[in-house]
Amino acid sequence: MKITLSARESERIRAHLCRAYPDEGCGVLIGRDGDGAREIVGIVALENRIKDSLHNRYLVAPEQFLAAERAARGAGLEVIGFFHSHPDHPARPSAFDLQHAWPYYSYLIVSVTRGEAGSARSWRLAEDRSGFEEETVEVLRPDAERPGTTDRPESRGERE
Amino acid sequence: MTARILLPTPLRPYAAHQPVVEVEAATVGDALRALVERHVELRRHLYDESGRLRRFVNIYKNEEDVRHLERENTPLSNGDTLTIVPSIAGGTSGAPPRPGARKPPAWATGEDGLPPLSQPELLRYSRHLILPEVGLAGQRKIKAASVLIIGAGGLGSPLALYLAAAGVGRLGLVDFDVVDESNLQRQVLHGTSSVGRPKLESAKERLADLNPGVSVDTYEERLTSENAFDVMRPYDVVVDGTDNFPTRYLVNDACVLLGKPNVYGSIFRFEGQASVFDARVGPCYRCLYPDPPPPGLVPSSAEGGVLGVLPGVIGVIQGIETLKIILGVGETLVGRLLLFDALAMRFRELTLRKDPACPLCGEKRTITALIDYEQFCGIAPVDAERDAELEISAHDLAARRERGEDIMLIDVREPHEFEIARIPGSILIPLHSLPERMSELDSSREIVLHCHVGQRSMRALEMLHRAGFRKLKNLRGGIAAWSSDVDPSVPRY
Repeated sequence: MKITLSARESERIRAHLCRAYPDEGCGVLIGRDGDGAREIVGIVALENRIKDSLHNRYLVAPEQFLAAERAARGAGLEVIGFFHSHPDHPARPSAFDLQHAWPYYSYLIVSVTRGEAGSARSWRLAEDRSGFEEETVEVLRPDAERPGTTDRPESRGERE
Repeated sequence: MTARILLPTPLRPYAAHQPVVEVEAATVGDALRALVERHVELRRHLYDESGRLRRFVNIYKNEEDVRHLERENTPLSNGDTLTIVPSIAGGTSGAPPRPGARKPPAWATGEDGLPPLSQPELLRYSRHLILPEVGLAGQRKIKAASVLIIGAGGLGSPLALYLAAAGVGRLGLVDFDVVDESNLQRQVLHGTSSVGRPKLESAKERLADLNPGVSVDTYEERLTSENAFDVMRPYDVVVDGTDNFPTRYLVNDACVLLGKPNVYGSIFRFEGQASVFDARVGPCYRCLYPDPPPPGLVPSSAEGGVLGVLPGVIGVIQGIETLKIILGVGETLVGRLLLFDALAMRFRELTLRKDPACPLCGEKRTITALIDYEQFCGIAPVDAERDAELEISAHDLAARRERGEDIMLIDVREPHEFEIARIPGSILIPLHSLPERMSELDSSREIVLHCHVGQRSMRALEMLHRAGFRKLKNLRGGIAAWSSDVDPSVPRY
């Protein structure tokens, strides 16, 4: 199992999670799921909706999910998973993650240590809900991205 | 009652891959039970071990969360739609926050609008960061900045290398040439292995190795009045590393019209010039040189030669000025023309003033759009046609000489060039000595003039034409063309 994303989306995920630190940050992965090839095309960075325990819990509320799904459908894509951070903890799914996991979705986790984002790992729920299976995360190197069409320096301050 | 249940993507595989399941039920609870009876695999994902609906399964009746209605007892009417909406949760297990964990500073998050710096970047730019004039804020400004470099040659090489090394976030490079052996003496961006490849390809590879954090846009095209605005608009600073007057005026005019600073540099043999033209606060290139020199008066580096290290000095001065503009520190060359003489090893400085009569940035502006710069610099297409008439190709010249036609072949290069390579049977009369040696020429015979690539011999031709000579031709492409098209034993230089 493999999931790919561009360097740009990877950077957006990491920046959002660093910004949330020391709280947990989260968001939605939008993309395509082909035959074995899963591709993240865009992300929606979300405000963590958990009321308490911001440092070790995250919640994507149903209305946030519905809005992301509408946006994805509008672009001919679908919600393929979620990302969140583990502040000062390794990027491995916790028992809590397992209890609340859905099948099919990719759960991309980034460990953020002292405000620095580590590399991303991604997981999918096993068929029998017994645990997670890790999938390979492949970050595609950026090719010549012409200004005007991509992440221009002027727009770096407004990632959401 | 018939109700439709919409399933989210993850649950569809457990319901025969259907997005919608229709059930007969009176309440929400009945509908869900009917659903999992038909598709038993769904049960463990919707209900926990004790048979309760999982906490993170949300049911919407039409547009409303049933938690705000009567939960599972919510009655259904015919045609109602139930949507199963996942709410997603997780986190680290019960871990306390790390003692002292706190919000990271803005420089690490970019919350203040400037791009953040990572740990590897802190190390890479450490010598900048400890300069109070640069520091974290300055380095982040450099990272946020975009610079367009016109020309990936002598000046463009040191510029691109140093600006990439300094961490300029986005560099644009405009060039349409391929790397030639004769470039390597000064164009340090390219190596021997790149000869024959497009300059931009070789530049991109070198810059990616030097600093992978810099994004490099390449424009493999000639900068023209048609594309200049589009190419230049996305950049904060434009740096002129061109080697010809039409492009220099084009870059100047486009910068003035777009309101961008133009970091200027030029080189010739052992001398160089640099300045910063920013019409918003000072003079522009046209204030200094309202008119271009007559075509051919200022030889290109192919004709006039250039000391290999010289573009290093001037390009680096342009690079320093670019960083100062980005950082907003020090005193830039706005309003000053820096002159460098490598043989005397002297810098001089001229004060430049904004010309109130400048047609581009003065009080009465007559230039409000980009013009035809080839024509402005006297290299009009009309002239090209005329030139074609006055020209002879190396092939034609060789054929006519073979047929035994009487042709006087005059070489107008310098003696040291003649020493490197010569066309057999040619007579050396260097351009500067032509006026006093015209008497050696016979106006009744046909005369073909040549130089290195054809520029100086065209001036010699004009000179002779004015003196009354009529049977004149210029060897197109000079001795270089002769060597590549006719006689490879003549060395190329």
